[in-house]
Amino acid sequence: MSRKKLERQLNLAMCLMATTRFLSVDEIADLVPGYAREASPDGEGAFRRMFERDKAELRELGIPVQTGGVTGWDDEVGYRIERRDYALPDLHLTPEEAAALGLAARLWSSATLAEPSASAMRKLRAAGVDPLPPPAGLEPRVAATEAAFEPCLAAVREKRALHFDYRRPGQAKVTSRSVHPWGVISWRGRWYLVGYDLVREESRVFRLSRMEGRVRATGPSGVVTVPPGVDLRAAVQEADPGEPMASALVRLRPGSGWALRHSAAPGPHADTVLITDRDMGRIADRVVELGAEATPVDAPELAEELRKRLRGALQAHGGEA
Amino acid sequence: MTGTADRLPRLLALVPYLRTHQGAELTEVATVFGINVRQLRDDLNLLWVCGLPGGGPGDLLDFAFEGETVSVIETQTLDRPLKLTADEALALRVAARALADVPGLAEREALESAQAKLAMASADLPELSDPGATVPLQVALEPESEVLSTVRAALESGHTLALRYLVPSRDEVTARVVTPMRLVSVDGRWYLEGWCQLADGVRLFRLDRMVEAVAGAAAEPLPSEAVPRDLAEGLFRPRDEDLTVVLELEPAARWVADYYPVEQATELDPAGEGPGRLRVELRTPDPAWVVRLALRLGGQGRVVAPPEVVAAVRQQAQKGLEALRGL
Repeated sequence: MSRKKLERQLNLAMCLMATTRFLSVDEIADLVPGYAREASPDGEGAFRRMFERDKAELRELGIPVQTGGVTGWDDEVGYRIERRDYALPDLHLTPEEAAALGLAARLWSSATLAEPSASAMRKLRAAGVDPLPPPAGLEPRVAATEAAFEPCLAAVREKRALHFDYRRPGQAKVTSRSVHPWGVISWRGRWYLVGYDLVREESRVFRLSRMEGRVRATGPSGVVTVPPGVDLRAAVQEADPGEPMASALVRLRPGSGWALRHSAAPGPHADTVLITDRDMGRIADRVVELGAEATPVDAPELAEELRKRLRGALQAHGGEA
Repeated sequence: MTGTADRLPRLLALVPYLRTHQGAELTEVATVFGINVRQLRDDLNLLWVCGLPGGGPGDLLDFAFEGETVSVIETQTLDRPLKLTADEALALRVAARALADVPGLAEREALESAQAKLAMASADLPELSDPGATVPLQVALEPESEVLSTVRAALESGHTLALRYLVPSRDEVTARVVTPMRLVSVDGRWYLEGWCQLADGVRLFRLDRMVEAVAGAAAEPLPSEAVPRDLAEGLFRPRDEDLTVVLELEPAARWVADYYPVEQATELDPAGEGPGRLRVELRTPDPAWVVRLALRLGGQGRVVAPPEVVAAVRQQAQKGLEALRGL
């Protein structure tokens, strides 16, 4: 942005804030330096275009430029900025609240969200809120490095349909998806889009890192309606179910199997653990890596699952099962 | 905030900032606004020629410089900052919400009340203000951290922590005495970074792997080598002495490439119909971990190199099958 334009837009904003009545375009041209008609080669037309662009850019920054009648008796349109609509109200934040917000503002480590939260904090400071330095050593960080993040969030906020290619785990081929997006959520360190799949006619959860190529928003804004009561977190949790349906008792060699001892319930005897999970296969997945150090107790189904895995591993590595 | 497109919002915030911080050091103001002092002087020079219609001395913005400090004399209409934009409100409020949901965090109450106050500060954002609406952006930070408050207290009071710490890759619980340096949450997980007396170096400890954490004695000053690691490039940093392992993954085991940091991934059936196999290369300090992974993959993944790891997988699988005999 050129220096001249910056000066002109600043002057325009201040002029519109200083007035209590709506100013006509002619008045603005006379009052605001930089709009002098004679300065531009095609006079009136160039001035108008410049003014329209400036006004649009101020509104994009969130400056509430109001439109209204200049006088009571004709329909000439004028402009002003009401200062109480413009200004950040006094929030009466306590020092603790300010410090906590300072901590929250540093949560994002990717520019898309880090920049707006830093500029929000600058505005709070400009209003006289001075956060204490954030607590030393506490640094929660959330990154959003997936290329799909920005287009997904934008589509959710604009309520527009989204199209993308999606690769499901364990599948080489991508499928193309059309979705009405409801929300974007980070869960267990991964980003997901929750929405309504227009082809499968069901709500679905998509991991952002599995979207491939360009993520495109299409069609008009405002077409997506989020059904009342949609819970993003519950939707993601459901897509990755962990309801325990199976359990097995496992004996561990003394001094081994520490991850299981930490994550599973202690069993009835020393060096035993009671493992619960969605199914026996998942229990076997957790136990098999211990090899001979973990053995099932009265759990033939688990023993069979373990044998299957160990035989597979043995054969894949050149052994005879 | 160095791009020219961001400059107008910065200029609009700078004037009210100086009003609430009269006589502020130029260097301090520049730091707050994320610019250098030269850029700040340039901003002030630009503002100096702007003001209300008329353009006379009493109509313009006016500043006073004294040494390396600055004050604002005339703010004209710019005595308050602009309301938060939708982007700003969303970024700050979603972050505040995410932290307010972390059990054991001392700031939770303050975050809750600050959130309510922020609602008044932003442009109209129905999806954030309407209690029935679905918030378009959410972050669920790992909630299960019973040790979080213990670790936090030790960090703030300057005490060491006696840890019993799980190392799943070696199937060990080790006893450590750690001087806490910082608590970080990366990709949804909490870690303590601290000086580990056992390792005589800076280490990261996952909170969900702390079997026990007890505050100990007042900590000695940290040695000069105790420098926090730059985590921007990720937590996993391969070292030269790490072992390079090559794995071939059947389609059902492709998740491995998603889950662990792999150095290289090659499709083995690029032209094939349907799901394909993947060859990945990863580096690890810990061959025992690779053996465990191979057992877990149960033939859906095959270690190709190095040969000693292949032999170890074979041996461990054989032993495991023997232990299962008759069960």
